[in-house]
Amino acid sequence: MSDQIKDLNPAKECRAMGKSIKRREDARFVQGRGTYVDDIELPKMLHMAIVHSPYAHALIKGIDTAEALKVPGVKAIITAKDLAGFNLDWIPTLAGDKQMVLATDRVMYQYQEVAAVFAETRAQAVDAAQLVEVDYEPLEVVADPFKAREDKVILRTDREKKTNHIFNWNVGDREATDKALAEAEVRVKQKAYYPRVHASPLEPCAIVADMNTATGRLTLYLTSQAPHAHRTVVSLVTGIPESNIRIVSPDIGGGFGNKVPVYPGYVCAAAGTIVLGVPVKWVATRTESMTTDSFARDFHMEAEIGATKEGKVTALKVTTVADHGAFDAAADPSKYPAGLFSICTGSYDFPTAFTEVDAYYTNKTPGGVAYRCSFRVTEASYMIERAMDTAARELNMDPAEFRFKNFIQKEQFPYNSPLGWTYDSGDYETTFKVALEKVGYEELRKEQAEKRAKGEIMGIGISTFTEIVGAGPSKDFDILGIKMFDGAEIRIHPTGSVIVRAGTKSQGQGHETTWAQIVAEELGLDVDKILVEEGDTDTAPYGLGTYASRSTPTAGGALALGARRIREKAKRIAAHLLEVSADDIEWEDYKFQIKGVPSKSVTTQDCAFAAYTNPAPGDEPGLETTYYYDPPNLTFPHGAYICVVDIDKSTGEVKVRRFVAIDDCGTIINPMIVEGQVHGGLAEGFAMAFMQEIVYDEEGNHLNTNYTDYLIPTAYEVPKFETGNTVTPSPHHPIGAKGVGESPTVGSPAAYVNAVIDALSPYGVSEIDMPISREKVFSKLRAAGVEAF
Amino acid sequence: MFPASFDFYRAHSAEEAVSLLGEHGADSRILAGGQSLIPAMRYRLAQPTVLVDINQMQAANYITEENGELRIGATVRDSDLEFSDLIRTNYQLMSDVSDVVADPIVRFRGTLIGSLCHNDPSGDWPAAMLAARAKMIIQNKDGKRVVNADEFIVDSFTTAVEEGEMAVETIWPTPSKNTGASYQKIERKVGDYATAAAAVQLELNEDGTVKEAGIGITAVSYVALRVAEGEALLRGQKVTRNLIKAVAAEASKMADPIADGRGSAEYKKEVVGVLVAKGIMQSLERLGRKVEA
Ligand SMILES: Cc1cc2nc3c(=O)[nH]c(=O)nc-3n(C[C@H](O)[C@H](O)[C@H](O)COP(=O)(O)OP(=O)(O)OC[C@H]3O[C@@H](n4cnc5c(N)ncnc54)[C@H](O)[C@@H]3O)c2cc1C
Repeated sequence: MSDQIKDLNPAKECRAMGKSIKRREDARFVQGRGTYVDDIELPKMLHMAIVHSPYAHALIKGIDTAEALKVPGVKAIITAKDLAGFNLDWIPTLAGDKQMVLATDRVMYQYQEVAAVFAETRAQAVDAAQLVEVDYEPLEVVADPFKAREDKVILRTDREKKTNHIFNWNVGDREATDKALAEAEVRVKQKAYYPRVHASPLEPCAIVADMNTATGRLTLYLTSQAPHAHRTVVSLVTGIPESNIRIVSPDIGGGFGNKVPVYPGYVCAAAGTIVLGVPVKWVATRTESMTTDSFARDFHMEAEIGATKEGKVTALKVTTVADHGAFDAAADPSKYPAGLFSICTGSYDFPTAFTEVDAYYTNKTPGGVAYRCSFRVTEASYMIERAMDTAARELNMDPAEFRFKNFIQKEQFPYNSPLGWTYDSGDYETTFKVALEKVGYEELRKEQAEKRAKGEIMGIGISTFTEIVGAGPSKDFDILGIKMFDGAEIRIHPTGSVIVRAGTKSQGQGHETTWAQIVAEELGLDVDKILVEEGDTDTAPYGLGTYASRSTPTAGGALALGARRIREKAKRIAAHLLEVSADDIEWEDYKFQIKGVPSKSVTTQDCAFAAYTNPAPGDEPGLETTYYYDPPNLTFPHGAYICVVDIDKSTGEVKVRRFVAIDDCGTIINPMIVEGQVHGGLAEGFAMAFMQEIVYDEEGNHLNTNYTDYLIPTAYEVPKFETGNTVTPSPHHPIGAKGVGESPTVGSPAAYVNAVIDALSPYGVSEIDMPISREKVFSKLRAAGVEAF
Repeated sequence: MFPASFDFYRAHSAEEAVSLLGEHGADSRILAGGQSLIPAMRYRLAQPTVLVDINQMQAANYITEENGELRIGATVRDSDLEFSDLIRTNYQLMSDVSDVVADPIVRFRGTLIGSLCHNDPSGDWPAAMLAARAKMIIQNKDGKRVVNADEFIVDSFTTAVEEGEMAVETIWPTPSKNTGASYQKIERKVGDYATAAAAVQLELNEDGTVKEAGIGITAVSYVALRVAEGEALLRGQKVTRNLIKAVAAEASKMADPIADGRGSAEYKKEVVGVLVAKGIMQSLERLGRKVEA
């Protein structure tokens, strides 16, 4: 891989980029020396426990806290009434809706927060929470978006519009698409439900809220993927000046989009510290995490592809019913209520397309977070990759051949998609060929034919997906009006070591390593002397945080350009040191040299020392900069994934025999980190494909509220992955990088599912929804008359 | 979650444990590996006010084989069984179960006797206990008694162990050389309770007919069940495909599962038969025999 990187810069060996430098943050994690929110202990700190609703929909007739208040150590119990006094009973959501912090006159979903208890110890708080008596009067529950659509029971009585319909969002040319479909020689419809799932970071959401009543400063230690955005939100909601709010996001045990929203627990803890004047800690239990954190997905989709008999696609239409739960708290950029779902034309050259999403309220936990995904890209990618397979089957064409026929060609980039995106770069054919070769596609198809003749069941599934990440250009992307640029600060100390700060916040992505690699590469410095710090809003430059694979596309760009700006100043210092004019200096082999005279050179480190001891005349002393980078476009990583499965006829067990994943995320900063990200995402894709779904019954009872019932795969379940890369740099990104953290979760589910359908297709199976349990496969086999033994 | 508050005692002998249990009555519980009890307490599904910890009871930590019987004490962990050469070579069924019960971490704490006493309707050990015709020795302040598997397993989470009693030893007959066994479990992931499972132990005569058969199934009713009708069908017979089908059908007939996240009732009912069939086939295979035509 470093060879490929070298090609970008053929003149010389790279210093830091493209190298599998070990993750510098890992030493403290594996030694238990990290600092998570729960590790933070402050003097006089109280603990908070939350009372949750057992009902999915009910009126609250009364709340009796008398018994609970008698529990030793209990300091206070708050309900919505108390919050109303601070105008905090409702808070705005990212989606322009509002949500209750604590249930006001009613509860809208099971486990909704009803009261918060503050006590000296966590155990006391939990004991007291059990004694809070709430009088509920159950109401009719609407737990299904299709039932919600009927508008028989209006859930949001607080809203002016008396409907459960939240929005219709559509893009593309509806008429032209309908016409093209009507005229198509072949029309193929494919339904797919993307189940409601949970991002399930190992560390649940947590906060230590600390109001210093003397200084008026509010410090929030918070599991936050976007500390600055949260600071702004807190300031807007509470009226506390932003300068008096400090958010510290310490080490985070996984985020996956889950730690982007502002949750009621945070607000209650903040209200608690403001009222009580002492710090308050709340660490969600696993059950709270499962039931009240924002969910992800829950898209009921239907795609229709039009094609010629020869297998050329002519049109795509995708319609979706989205279940948003009780409040519209989806985490999307303001202009995109259904996120970037319009990437649903994928890697294929559809001349025309149309998509629309209708969202509904139901009596379920609110959410719609971009779980390891750049805002609904996972759903879109799954839909198109499933539909492409179905279309190939209908056309009696090999799914690989069908894809080759329809790929956007390398020469077409920058490519304008019919749904309005400009894809920056890609080489889908090459990446797919690498994957096919690695897996041995033709031999596998032969093997499959032989097995089928013997009644054995084997399948091969393909997904050649395209993502859209790195939100994003300020012309299109904002959250609550704040443009989605990102910032980086680079300060070079006199002795040549560096502190780098960014507005992003690693939750396991490895920024402490990769950010240092970018700066080291640009300035010819030693990676080990570059300290990276994120997450403290008092010190880090403003930025919108880490999610949606945006850190490298945004902050990564800010770092590279910031470093280059420093290099410009260092060049003037070099000229001063070498006693020539700056025009006579060139940056060559990580040094400043007099043009054509390698023996006359100085390093950035030399310049740094001079910046403090012997500045260039007329220049400010010091060597540092803050750079805010507003990317000109998004980036479009892509990949080709191929999955091979064997199915046990007797039990319906699916064994993933092989999984080949070739990713193209543009320039690779650290191949080991890329591989690690890909492994993790493929595992999460596997989990969704085979194991995970948040299940509610008709009464809105949440049926899998812990990890006994909601399954997290372990090393035992997860298949072996064979990964690789091609490198098609982004033409507009300062270092050509595109972002990779989400490609595997986005791209892999379709590969797994397509493999199972491919395996079962001789038995007339063309549909199976995630999660693919043994039971689903077992039933399909029995229905097809296949004997178990 | 946090457990409700409780008192904690450590017993160093069975006598001491029994006396503590007698003293504190119905609200006291033995703490063995804690892998079922502690989670139940954390969810406050169980709120004992007194725990009697037996983990330091050195004398209870034994696995001995003599006179055609295997004797196992109350602090023997699943992992002790998993890594025991004796179990691996002589006790196929036990060995199979100790590979798939819970997950490797839980097996380092969880005990065989604790599992049997917990008697989860989806537990693995109760089904094996039924198939292997194992017994339990129960001690109280007046002495000890021996209880057969069929009598030990009473109801969901209920066994023959009464208030003030401790299960001190479980006894498993040593299988003859002509015995093959197999534990077939469907689980959604490692560490999951069974969606359905079947324990099968077959002892054959020299001519290949079945001398004795033991079949236990779990996760398909309010307790683990012994498929007595299926065992009877096998006894004295050569194992044919049709006979296996008939035995599997008996298992499915007995099964009365509930629908849950692990599967629908219909599925569990049908698949438990498949598991019994697979168990019979693997038991034969392990004896170097095949299903008769
Ligand atoms: C993640 C996880 C996965 C699991 N998966 C499975 C699985 O797949 N299959 C399965 O069968 N089990 C499973 N279990 C349960 C596990 O096997 C437990 O270890 C076992 O059920 C109980 O054993 P223990 O020693 O931990 O008992 P404890 O939890 O200590 O006790 C269980 C109960 O038995 C009582 N008890 C214990 N010892 C005695 C005694 N000597 N006399 C009288 N009463 C006694 C206790 O008072 C308590 O009521 C799982 C547990 C966990 C945490």
